[in-house]
Amino acid sequence: MSRRTFSMGGVHPADNKISRDCKIEVLPIPETVYIHLGQHIGAPAKPIVAVGDKVKVGQPVAEPGGFVSAYIHSSVSGTVKSIAPRKDLAGNPQMCIEIAVEGDEWLEGIDTTDTVITDFPDDAKTSLEKIKAAGIVGLGGATFPTHVKLTPPPGKKCDMLIINGCECEPYLTSDFRTLLEKGEQVAIGAAIIKNVLGVDKATIAIEDNKPEAIKHMNEVLANLRKISSKYAGISVMSLMKKYPEGGEKQLIDAVMHRQVASGGLPIDVGAVVQNVATALAVYDAVQKNKPIIDNSVTVTGECFPKQANLLVRVGTPLRYIIDYLGGMPADAAKVISGGPMMGKAIANLDAATLKGTSALLFLTKKQTARGKEGNCIRCGKCAEACPMGLEPFLLNRLSRAGGMLDQLEKNAVQDCIECGCCLYSCPANIPLLDVIRQSKAQVMGVIKARAAAAAAAKK
Amino acid sequence: MSTTIIWTIAIIALLGLVLAVVLYLVAERFKVVEDPRIDEVEKVMPGANCGGCGFAGCRAFADAAVKAPNLDNNYCPVGGNEVMKKVAAILGYEIKEKAPMVAVVRCNGSCEARPRTNDYDGYASCRVKAALYSGDTGCSFGCLGCGDCVSACQFGALSMDPATGLPVVDESKCTACGACAKACPKAIIELRPKGPRGMRMYVSCVNKDKGPSVKQACANACIGCGICFKTCQHGAIVFENNVAYIDPAKCKFCRECEAMCPTGAIHGVNFPKPIDKDAIKARIKERNAKAAEAAKAAAAEPKKEEA
Repeated sequence: MSRRTFSMGGVHPADNKISRDCKIEVLPIPETVYIHLGQHIGAPAKPIVAVGDKVKVGQPVAEPGGFVSAYIHSSVSGTVKSIAPRKDLAGNPQMCIEIAVEGDEWLEGIDTTDTVITDFPDDAKTSLEKIKAAGIVGLGGATFPTHVKLTPPPGKKCDMLIINGCECEPYLTSDFRTLLEKGEQVAIGAAIIKNVLGVDKATIAIEDNKPEAIKHMNEVLANLRKISSKYAGISVMSLMKKYPEGGEKQLIDAVMHRQVASGGLPIDVGAVVQNVATALAVYDAVQKNKPIIDNSVTVTGECFPKQANLLVRVGTPLRYIIDYLGGMPADAAKVISGGPMMGKAIANLDAATLKGTSALLFLTKKQTARGKEGNCIRCGKCAEACPMGLEPFLLNRLSRAGGMLDQLEKNAVQDCIECGCCLYSCPANIPLLDVIRQSKAQVMGVIKARAAAAAAAKK
Repeated sequence: MSTTIIWTIAIIALLGLVLAVVLYLVAERFKVVEDPRIDEVEKVMPGANCGGCGFAGCRAFADAAVKAPNLDNNYCPVGGNEVMKKVAAILGYEIKEKAPMVAVVRCNGSCEARPRTNDYDGYASCRVKAALYSGDTGCSFGCLGCGDCVSACQFGALSMDPATGLPVVDESKCTACGACAKACPKAIIELRPKGPRGMRMYVSCVNKDKGPSVKQACANACIGCGICFKTCQHGAIVFENNVAYIDPAKCKFCRECEAMCPTGAIHGVNFPKPIDKDAIKARIKERNAKAAEAAKAAAAEPKKEEA
């Protein structure tokens, strides 16, 4: 048992990793895929195909729409049927490329074999270009374009690369299965990222509720070190299970004992964090020339008849996945994209998966029922649980009072990582996060407007 | 014994005198000179402190009105023209009279017309709900029904109708302060002129989606067919982003658009007589026939000119 973890707050929700023994299974290709143009944080991508065009698997269909943006590739081969707004997971219309599938023809140059290539180019620039061209985004949830993250601002130096294999959310097992089944590829991906950043040390951080993964990764790294000196400096670190360990700032605290200041970035303390799935995607991009066209998705829930970890093509309609596994269970009341703590309830099952979709979780009415909201009894449990050291009870009151944005900013509402620990620990069932998330968005808007005004004044 | 009392009285009296002088001097030294008209203006204000004028409260408004060179940018929507006339009299300004306004809810998606597609069990606030997702119906533009507008209204003019799930404006209480319009995250509530004898025409929908998907989501929605735009003889209908909007400045209250609207999204309120759709449709048909004849004749004429 490891005792190493982050220093402030956190909660211990039940693990519920009921799909942990399910091997990653390849989902058959659906008849139609819907590829969203906004699959990442930042500007939506701009389509570079027209209706009626024939596309192949791995062919770029959209180019970055700004600096913080990413390429998007066709996940199937077929004909572009339409480029039009379509309702996303939250029910809001988003631009989508609809592709009717015909066969499974891959773009030339993509290596589709399973051979593991351990030797990678030394030139960081080539790797970075390949990562950018493959449209890789952070697959841990935030979907921040990886090539931007791997280009530290001038003057900032990276001391350590952390590969995030915590998967601290209950129910999720796709990263765990990836580590077990594609551990070698992940390790090589980590070495490539390490090379791009030019750092000496990399740590693959795994929570101690996944001992098989820790053991397997240690073996994989020992073997790789024998092959090449490029794999020196990569180690596995076992962390104590605690939610939200996979949060970027929490993970840096746990691994390096360094704290990122309010409003700061991980690079300020010399850290870069990348998810396990992102490391695998980097391996695919650099070694196999394969862009992100699929990702592993955990489909789980006590009420769901069949647990599974599926390799799903980007843009697969959710209903297709559910039907493949035996249809919607009658007693499922809520379907969540992601884990139960930070995932979002899905309003529209006709929507399609995105690059960052990590799980589909089915919960019953009993599991999702909210208790009746009571009065705050000032017990301070929310403040104790908050991993960012905020005071959720205070933020809640300020938010509900209305028009207190300056006070909210003073109390650092913008630091909230929306992990839900406060809501989870509140004995009065106060919807703390729902309220705080709203005022966080408002305060972020004010901060951005202020920064824009300052930048305009400088000019 | 008596000397003690005399001394006590004398010392306290002296102390009082000295402190009074000090207080007087301090008050004189730090006197804040304020225009006495600010107090006068504040007295005639409604005193609701609603912020509808754009200032923090009635006194802030009075202060701004006194300092402003004219009253063009300062208007109290609650007090209306009457109060503004009084303010103008105090300050010696002229005012431009404004038409009285009223809040109008531009969503028509009642429970039957707009079936629920999912259940929302989060915090009952429209702002929070709108930030999470599109809402619990197929329409991502319509009323979310949590009543942020109702709680924003200081005058008790808004209430939720349990039958339709939509807010209702009590025209006699609405002061057009605009608090509800600001509170609505979907920008459904609009301040519109009350109109002659309260008569108003408006499109009760803000859905910008295309026809088929709108129709699927809500039976009462504006489907963007454009019939009202073609029918209107006064150019009052602005047709943009698949949704119609009636310009109150141009509307002549002929009710032709209301009669022609296939979904009933156009509402006319406070008219003395109920609408006779058949008569209006017959009138439009006749006019269109005449116009077609005239067009035919016009098409024949230019040939003559050429010859």
